[in-house]
Amino acid sequence: MMNHLYELLKIVLASPYTLPVIYGIVIVAVLPLVAGYVVLVERKVMADMQARLGPMRVGPHGLLQPIADAVKLLLKEDIIPEKADVWIFWLAPIVSMTAGMLALAPVGIGPAFQIAKDIDVGILFIAGISSLGIFGIVLGGWASNSHYSLMGALRSAAQLVSYETAAGMALVSGLLLGGSLQIRTLVEEQAKQGVWFVALAPIAFFIYLVASIAETNRAPFDLPEAESELVAGYMTEYSGFRWSLYFLAEYANMMVVGSVATTIFLGGWLRPFSSVGGAAGRAIDTVPGALLLGVAAYCLYRAPKQPVTVQKLVMVAVAGLCAAVAAALLAPVFVAQALWMKPAIHGAFWFLLKVGGYIYLFMWLRFTLPRYRFDQLMRLGWYFLIPVSIVNVMGIGIALVLHWERGMHLALALGLTTLMTLVVAGFLVRAELKREEQLRQAATGDAYAG
Amino acid sequence: MLDKVIFYFFAAIAVGSALLMITRKSAVHSAIFLTTTLLATAGIFLQLRAEFLFIVQIILYVGGIMVLFIFVIMLVNLDVAAQQIQYSRQKWVALALSLALAGWVGTMIWQAGQLPGQGLLVRGAAAAETLPPNAEAVAQSLFGPYMLSFEIASLLLLVAMIGAVVMAKKKV
Repeated sequence: MMNHLYELLKIVLASPYTLPVIYGIVIVAVLPLVAGYVVLVERKVMADMQARLGPMRVGPHGLLQPIADAVKLLLKEDIIPEKADVWIFWLAPIVSMTAGMLALAPVGIGPAFQIAKDIDVGILFIAGISSLGIFGIVLGGWASNSHYSLMGALRSAAQLVSYETAAGMALVSGLLLGGSLQIRTLVEEQAKQGVWFVALAPIAFFIYLVASIAETNRAPFDLPEAESELVAGYMTEYSGFRWSLYFLAEYANMMVVGSVATTIFLGGWLRPFSSVGGAAGRAIDTVPGALLLGVAAYCLYRAPKQPVTVQKLVMVAVAGLCAAVAAALLAPVFVAQALWMKPAIHGAFWFLLKVGGYIYLFMWLRFTLPRYRFDQLMRLGWYFLIPVSIVNVMGIGIALVLHWERGMHLALALGLTTLMTLVVAGFLVRAELKREEQLRQAATGDAYAG
Repeated sequence: MLDKVIFYFFAAIAVGSALLMITRKSAVHSAIFLTTTLLATAGIFLQLRAEFLFIVQIILYVGGIMVLFIFVIMLVNLDVAAQQIQYSRQKWVALALSLALAGWVGTMIWQAGQLPGQGLLVRGAAAAETLPPNAEAVAQSLFGPYMLSFEIASLLLLVAMIGAVVMAKKKV
């Protein structure tokens, strides 16, 4: 009996499907928790920017707030509007969330952790599958049988169609530099060229940043759920668990666009100065672990000062977690036997750090900029981002040809074409300013004439 | 074995939802089943290791059907449409035509099965490693032997697009 089990285990372990399936299950299981904590971070960042404290009651510094929120959401009454299209109403949030999670499949969290490893169209896969999520929004908005929801859904569709072109063009710029669609090749190419593509194609990165905010429906482009106009947009009629699925999808999408930007523009799982080796490289490798040890020490220092015993315990647990991660990061650097784990662990650390930085940028922009008006959003997309992104792709193509055929230095050629793109962008901005001035004059003229 | 299971799974979904698409009364439901059919077709492409076709199918049709949805929601009065008689009375013409089509497709498949080598139906999937990278293979044939037809097709699409914009605009 045991022998049979052992044989079975051996077959399962030898199968090429086993590891990806395990990663997949881990991602699906962990994502809600991560999303919950990203929400907590968001509330804390928002509070910090508005000179408040944010959630403080549940656990030390609100550390257990996401769990309380999840319990609340699961226990809430599940309301379905009377004249809603029930099946579609059920289906819509599931479509949104499935698309968000499925898009994470080819994402390479470090060189070792990747579900769909050798898929040849990795970046296209992520872009295509995550754009399926819009179906969930439009269907949900339509099925709710409510005008607010429908308006939100229509806005969302229009916004996605407008900004997907710009985002796609920005990605093409990065893909031209990397010469592949495969995630692994893209990252390795950045290691080989010794530079992250954000330095070679800064305009493309900027366009992708703006377009990805619009695609994930985040402020300042959160018109599909603009609460001052549409209550909550497409999810007005949703409550409880279904609502939380939409929420999860939004955060999964943020992670997806963060991963795409990180992979193409920010060097994927490479650490900063990835070409530096030897003692200096070792010193850089030590930094993250040492920093985490510092955090752990600070948590231990603060633990006795918490008011309640439970909070003290949680604080110690956090310190233990930080110390464990620090140990995992430091062990491969200092222990020779653990050296083989270094690419996987450090790669995952740097990748997640970069994605986290990208999401932090989202939050920062959200709490800094006021919401766009819908016509402004459309003008920005169609009259500025799309033309600039097309010119940018052409410029990068020209620079690459100059580099390959004429032997011009790549940085020089790219600098020239980037300058060209900036000039075009300047003309577009000037035309837009002139138009606004004319509109303003026409408006004031009418007011006096009337 | 696994390949066959995957193929029949996606094929069943594609055919089933295509049937549902033409029998639903609500235009939105039809559009959803159309999406399902197209996604299942994409799944068959993936089973054939045509990753590029798979993802292009999804990207293009999602964009396309999104626009279709908006047209349905904004232009079609669903309440009126639901009350209308769904099928026209040309039953016999339709039956004859579809039988003819089915016969033709069946003959094609039978003939392909008679050819030496692999038939149409039992196409063993080639080992993924032996195939050239998909996107590159497509690009090389598009910009190599089929350059002219590719450019003509894109020019036609561009003309259609400009024409649509000109016609939609009230004053030029």
